[in-house]
Amino acid sequence: MSDSYGTIARDGLWDNNGVLVMLLGMCPTMAMTNTATNGLGMGLATAVVMAASSLLVAAFRRWITQEVRIPVYILIVASMVTLVDLAMNAWMHELYKVLGLFIPLIVSNCLPLARLESFAAREPVLPSLADGLFMGIGFTLALTAIGAVREVLGAGTLFADAALLLGPAFKFMELRLLPEHMGILMMILPPGGFLVTGLLVVAKRMVDVRAGKPIQMAGAHSAG
Amino acid sequence: MNRGFAFHGAVLGLFCLGFGAVLAVTNRLTEADIAARATEDRQASLGQVIPDGIHDNDLLADVVRIPAEPGREVTVYRAMEKGTVTGVAYEVSGTGYAGKIRMMLGVGADGRVLGVRVLAHRETPGLGDKIEVKKSDWIQRFAGLALGDPPVEKWQVKKDGGQFDQFTGATITPRGVVAAIRDGLAFFSEHQTQLTEVRQDVR
Repeated sequence: MSDSYGTIARDGLWDNNGVLVMLLGMCPTMAMTNTATNGLGMGLATAVVMAASSLLVAAFRRWITQEVRIPVYILIVASMVTLVDLAMNAWMHELYKVLGLFIPLIVSNCLPLARLESFAAREPVLPSLADGLFMGIGFTLALTAIGAVREVLGAGTLFADAALLLGPAFKFMELRLLPEHMGILMMILPPGGFLVTGLLVVAKRMVDVRAGKPIQMAGAHSAG
Repeated sequence: MNRGFAFHGAVLGLFCLGFGAVLAVTNRLTEADIAARATEDRQASLGQVIPDGIHDNDLLADVVRIPAEPGREVTVYRAMEKGTVTGVAYEVSGTGYAGKIRMMLGVGADGRVLGVRVLAHRETPGLGDKIEVKKSDWIQRFAGLALGDPPVEKWQVKKDGGQFDQFTGATITPRGVVAAIRDGLAFFSEHQTQLTEVRQDVR
């Protein structure tokens, strides 16, 4: 069994990464990666929602009939998003002020839905939880990477406002790499999101080709 | 599975009921905290436009509602010291490049701006966001000004013949902000008596 958990982890983090391979969840990916901190926060919130909804779908999979599965999945994802939204507003208010507008966007993210349909609906609770978690962490890593590239090129900083997200202890992460007014504004505007995402997809494939791995086409996996 | 549609409907209904209950409980648990955070936020934005030194009351407690256009009221927070109104604060909004810019405007009893802060906007990062006090001190230049000082026709950006700087690459944003503050001050002079009188029967 440990081998299959290893596969689940590798799939989520790299081989079948939600953003860089399956190209799912493009809406939050574009909207929330103008800084590395925003990408990280959005990714973490999505990971929590994915892990919780994967667990629930796997637990209830015998009662969710084929005919009504899609509405039930959406119901579960939307409920988890609302839970995260309310809890963050009440208990992580500083972070909520940064991410609040974008939390509801998780409902429109098709990555959780794709994993529920292709994994959690068929597998037991624990592997499903692992899948949701690792897919979510993979999503977080991709968003943070895109955000970091856009932020450095666009604003010249890295992890600006990280202390707001992670607490004052993480102030050291906030770096200024280029002087102000040196940034290429386009990189933090929507076109920069498309450009950087595209370049990172290419970079990921080049790494795989170097390593002699067969190239996976977007959507070739069961996720579709 | 050949079960009828009523069965599937019932399954879906049960899930809705279950998750509805979970959400209701969460709402109940977080309600008080969320309301407290909203109050803190409002207090923080009021504190930025009304100096602590000029009032001895709780800004959120002394509120008057003034009807503006039909169907809309302006909530005015009043700063008072020893029973007289020393200043007021209310929300104003202007139209920027990408939608509404919401601001909190503080006005002293003499009609001069105490301070303005942007609460929410969707202007272009790097161009229009210099209206935030975090990014530039532009918005602080309004403090101390009044309608008539400078004269009304100078309450415009320089490009339109006024006296306020626009930003490189962004004129629409500061234009909206200047207009909103001007209109906000006009609102003050229109309702000055209503805003500054303290009704003895209430106190």
